[in-house]
Amino acid sequence: MRMSRYILIGMLLGFVLYKSEAVSWFRIYEMFRFQSFHMFGIIGSAIVSGIMIVQIIKRRKVKNVEGAEIVIKDKAKTFPRYIIGGFIFGCGWAIAGACPAPMFILLGAGHTVFIVYLIAAMTGTFVYGLLRKRLPH
Amino acid sequence: MIEVYFMYVRDFIAQPWPWYVAGPLLALVMFILLYFGHEFGISENFRLMCAADGADNMNEFFKIDWRSGEWNLLVALGAVFGGYLASHYFFGPNGDLAHISDVTVVSLNEIGINVTKGAVPLVPAFLSWESLLTWQGLLMIAGGGFLVGFGARYAGGCTSGHAISGLSALQVPSLIAVVGFFMGGLAITYLVIPYLFNY
Repeated sequence: MRMSRYILIGMLLGFVLYKSEAVSWFRIYEMFRFQSFHMFGIIGSAIVSGIMIVQIIKRRKVKNVEGAEIVIKDKAKTFPRYIIGGFIFGCGWAIAGACPAPMFILLGAGHTVFIVYLIAAMTGTFVYGLLRKRLPH
Repeated sequence: MIEVYFMYVRDFIAQPWPWYVAGPLLALVMFILLYFGHEFGISENFRLMCAADGADNMNEFFKIDWRSGEWNLLVALGAVFGGYLASHYFFGPNGDLAHISDVTVVSLNEIGINVTKGAVPLVPAFLSWESLLTWQGLLMIAGGGFLVGFGARYAGGCTSGHAISGLSALQVPSLIAVVGFFMGGLAITYLVIPYLFNY
């Protein structure tokens, strides 16, 4: 039962991204052409709300469900992995028109071809794992 | 009486959700996960699935206890259910459309992607099993998926982990990653997509 909460959170995520059309290839294309505010509004308002939430968590020392203080780990401060990895991710995001969450959502919506995208993404992750030591981070 | 109420709620949910509803709800998803002791990041699931499929015996990057990521796999599974429910029971009055701007419709037609104003489907026809047999479809679905899987792990996160969680926590590395996302996305959108269907 404890685990079913995560399914519910995932369902909320699915509803939000599906109904706001963020799962649409066309919306991603529109975003990268700067032809509408919609996607920037979604990401921007998520970040602004997120910053407020994180600041409240930090200042009020909000505790998690287990009673421990919520700590958000700092990401390692390097440069190459973020810019190169980010660039590669961005290429995939624009051409497939879907980032990882929309892939799962569209699969559920009946667009079963996204199983190919899922296998391809797992392959990409696997190849990264093999090459990891030779790549600049 | 109660049916009327349910229909009203259904119709209310079924309309397209504006950005100012979707954005704060995404932040809420992030907060609920933090409250339960986890950090929002969907692309980590690709690594967990590799590990669960046996990659843990082949490479140390996948030597992780994928069961510790069970919560994240369940979030992904929930997203599948959410997509099913939203598309089957909460579709819009004219089916599921992408309400993109008129300028976008014009620019799509210019590059050989034929769509009609006010009738743009949520998922384009070129993302289908039939189109997987064309080089464009293969490039977009399999090629795109590969780059997303590779790049997300290389950068240590995707749109949820870096753009939403990372930037919310004012992480400079996440800002660099998001700049990378946009550089890659702009390169593909301006240098590749225009020549896919119009050549």
